[in-house]
Amino acid sequence: MSLEVSDFTVAAGTTRLLGPLDVTVEPGEPLCILGETGAGKSLLAQAIMGTLPAGLSASGRIVLGRTRLDDLPVKKREALWGRRIAILPQEPWRALDPLMRGNEQVAESHAIVAGRSWEDAHCRAEADLTGLGLPVASHDAYPGVLSGGMAQRVAFAAATAAGATTLLADEPTKGLDDARRDDVVRLLRDVARQGGILLCITHDVAVARALGGRVKILRHGDVVESGSSETVLTAPQSAYGKALVEADPVNWPAVEGMSGESPILVAEDLAIARGGRTLVEGIDLSLGSGGRLAIAGPSGLGKSTLLDTFAGLIPPASGRVERHGSARRPLALQKLYQDPPSAFASRVSLKAGFDDLLRRHRISRETIDGLIERLGLSPALLERRPTAVSGGELQRLALARVLALNPSIILADEPTSRLDPVTQRSVMEVIGEIHREADTAVVLVTHNLTLAKRWAGTVVDLQGFAKQEATH
Amino acid sequence: MTMSETLTPARRAEARRLRASFVKLLAARLFQALVVALIVGIVGFAMMQALPGDAAYRIAAGRYGYDVVDAAAAEAMRLQLGLDRPALEMLMVWIGQALTFDLGHSFVTGAPVVDEILHQLGHSVGLAFISILVALALAVPVGTLAGLRPGSLFDRISGGAALVLRATPAFLIGILLILFIAVELRLTPASGHGHGTHFVLPALTLGLVLGSVLSRVVRNAVAEAVASEPFRFARQKGLSLPAALRRHAFRNAAVPVITYLGVQTALLLEGVVVVESVFSWPGIGHALTHAVFERDIPMVQGTALVLGLGFVVLSFVVDISCRMLDPRLAQ
Amino acid sequence: MTPMRILGLLGLFTLALLAVIGPDLIGFDPARQDLRAILVSPGTDGHLLGTDHLGRDLAARLLEGARITLALTAFAVASAAIIGVALGILAAWAGGLIDGGLVTLSNGVLALPGLLLVLLMAAIVPDSWWTLYAGLALTLWVEFFRLARTRSQVILRSPAVEAARMMGLTRSHIVRRHIWPDLASQILSLAAFGAATAVTALATLGFISIGLRPPTPEWGIMMSELLPSWRIAPWAIGAPIIALAITVLSLRLVAGPETELEA
Repeated sequence: MSLEVSDFTVAAGTTRLLGPLDVTVEPGEPLCILGETGAGKSLLAQAIMGTLPAGLSASGRIVLGRTRLDDLPVKKREALWGRRIAILPQEPWRALDPLMRGNEQVAESHAIVAGRSWEDAHCRAEADLTGLGLPVASHDAYPGVLSGGMAQRVAFAAATAAGATTLLADEPTKGLDDARRDDVVRLLRDVARQGGILLCITHDVAVARALGGRVKILRHGDVVESGSSETVLTAPQSAYGKALVEADPVNWPAVEGMSGESPILVAEDLAIARGGRTLVEGIDLSLGSGGRLAIAGPSGLGKSTLLDTFAGLIPPASGRVERHGSARRPLALQKLYQDPPSAFASRVSLKAGFDDLLRRHRISRETIDGLIERLGLSPALLERRPTAVSGGELQRLALARVLALNPSIILADEPTSRLDPVTQRSVMEVIGEIHREADTAVVLVTHNLTLAKRWAGTVVDLQGFAKQEATH
Repeated sequence: MTMSETLTPARRAEARRLRASFVKLLAARLFQALVVALIVGIVGFAMMQALPGDAAYRIAAGRYGYDVVDAAAAEAMRLQLGLDRPALEMLMVWIGQALTFDLGHSFVTGAPVVDEILHQLGHSVGLAFISILVALALAVPVGTLAGLRPGSLFDRISGGAALVLRATPAFLIGILLILFIAVELRLTPASGHGHGTHFVLPALTLGLVLGSVLSRVVRNAVAEAVASEPFRFARQKGLSLPAALRRHAFRNAAVPVITYLGVQTALLLEGVVVVESVFSWPGIGHALTHAVFERDIPMVQGTALVLGLGFVVLSFVVDISCRMLDPRLAQ
Repeated sequence: MTPMRILGLLGLFTLALLAVIGPDLIGFDPARQDLRAILVSPGTDGHLLGTDHLGRDLAARLLEGARITLALTAFAVASAAIIGVALGILAAWAGGLIDGGLVTLSNGVLALPGLLLVLLMAAIVPDSWWTLYAGLALTLWVEFFRLARTRSQVILRSPAVEAARMMGLTRSHIVRRHIWPDLASQILSLAAFGAATAVTALATLGFISIGLRPPTPEWGIMMSELLPSWRIAPWAIGAPIIALAITVLSLRLVAGPETELEA
């Protein structure tokens, strides 16, 4: 039994969105569809499930085992859901019902979909969750109190409880940090190992690499490259394939420790807390002028809180943060934000915000226009509102905005985590170039340890400073 | 099984949070109740100040008739009502008495305000209860059908009807129902009380007022629940449409609907006052407008206080229901 | 701007225009009785909409009523909006004790919801513009306050404002570029919605004989006066009913159908 999609196209009216493409997934050998947001990856999963949005038309054949899916009546296709095909949702903490306990959501799949008795269903749900390594104490918690990784496992159990052996995973690692991402990959690999059919859709080269099997790279709806994951991800042939693989932080050129000249930011025995609970403690670090420093670690450890402590926005729980030399000037510390659109006033043109800045600090228009052009953008972009500018462009504009103030330190809080990989690469590169030109130090916060090591050389892994559970 | 066996740590934490939010909500609502008493007390005092001429004389005249009142009777009334005392003291005395369920005597009938209100309250509660049933019977099916197919003809027609209905003031709906159903068609009595058919027009009026907005709230809640990620996931893990609706749509849609009922209580209270006045329904709202018209200050204070407290109690019940239904709120 | 909203604005504009210049065009004194010509049908002897049960010109009374309703509503809503928005921004900005105090105050006012507070205020002095105005403004400011406070809080916590502060931008920049553009898009809706509430409240109080009193040609009062003549002269009571319906519907169209659901 295998999943075969052949000569398949999805179109909106006369605009082709995806394909034509041929995809075959054999049991035991996962297939990864790699591509940036908007490449039409998700359409494939929707087409296989039979949930394409109204207004889109599909042509071609989809065959699962001996069943041709694409011309089945709706009722019969829906009858396959959960029983033969399961889909692992994006961001499972949003896909689980917030008003129903986790184990109940797994049990109802056993009972209602697989037709088991409720008693049996509840027992099996407990066994499933235990088998996935979910602590017993959190089996009957509501999804709202589960961590991202836990929610992913509950969703997995609920989706596959009725015995589906074909699993579609649509961006299963979106929003997860490195460690959680690896957990999910392990979960998916096990599906394939047990002879399941696995189709994984992702933008993350690292996921494709870890999953093994076969890879197809998609761009603007076209397959630009396909083959075994090893070949494609080590020696890509197409230009986009190369760019995508190069954009994976693993393949970035490494920099040697760039801790900078004389120290301008020093932390001693620093501890930070949120809501009265100490998150990390005993942090000692030093950043020199013009240097780079990365702070990495999984989500929830207080990376952003630490950055805000450096910025002086919140006081440290204990210990000291000192600024020296040029970093003592007002406006010497500036921030870049994770979600570029949220860092600009949303209802006025970008120009309005920039004009206020120029007037306030008597900066000439030439300076700012020069910076914007240096970052590869056109000053004409400023006429637009932030919602009409892409994330990558907006992050560069944010960089231009802070550089105009000639800061000593730029605090960058996950500046590229919402951008697609190729844009991420180019934005990090431009930050790298320009901070050297401007002699500005950078503190980079990221959940991606590889990126941190490659880009900054010097990395503080917060996990090593996490307050031990036993001590509080 | 004993309690300690059935309670997992997750459930114990939930129970603790629910208790904590219960206490917090109760405190907020108690404070609100106090503000109601304060406002009502101040209004009563201001009304007293605004009474033309000698308040005591007027009150005595109102109760016994102008022919029999003289300066002595007015003086006795002044002492009896405590009108000679300073303003703040009067306010404190009023609140103190209100706490012991002593709301004074009606200027008009001389009867204790508490007795009058107890008598009227039953009529109002009955009307409100039946109106809510009418509203739910209208809004839930209409809203659910519209919400399951947003943008459909039924959705647009019911949406338009709700807009027009909601744009029509409650008293106007009442008049129109009187004119067409009672006067023209002679199907029901126009006003009055005592017979079951008397309920029809007031309850229908208030039911339409409450039901029109509620139907849109239900519609939006259902549409949102059905379009939500959890619902899609429930379908795709294999639940049939009816099963997914039953287990993952209606309950989730109930949360915004119940939350809205909190807002609705304001509308209900306002509706009780207006509809009772239009239909001469012998309830507490009618008593309030009557008392305002006759400047019967203790009755104004008493009825307004009970209406305000009714609002506070209903709001509290809605708050707690929301917390019980939605574990996220207690976090 | 949706077609519905434009329709509503057109309706409002027409009403306002009629209220301002109409009474002079009619040529009848709204208070002058003519007991020889009671309840005459529209068009008789120059009475555009006929006369009421006391022979007063209905059109003149209707337009005078529009003046009263619209003026009182406009003043109450404008006062409520200015006070509510200013206090809302202040509460969000200052936080702490000021915020706590203002929230407590607004919750207290909410304890006597809807018409109840207006009715109580009207009870203090009968037949007075001032108490009605004060009652309406006192009831309506809370919604503006809550909207302004909630939105300002969200915006003040946003990265955009944090960035603006770190870049040394002024308070005025934050209010002008961040808070105000966001609020402005919602204030019109809320104001129209509040105005619909106010118009309804005025007519309701008039109808149940609380608030303004006869012979003031307020629409609610006119309805209660003309109700007994329904069988003989249905057009007479029809006139204020239609006027009220058009006003409230226009305001609702401007507010948009969802304003009430979000409040």
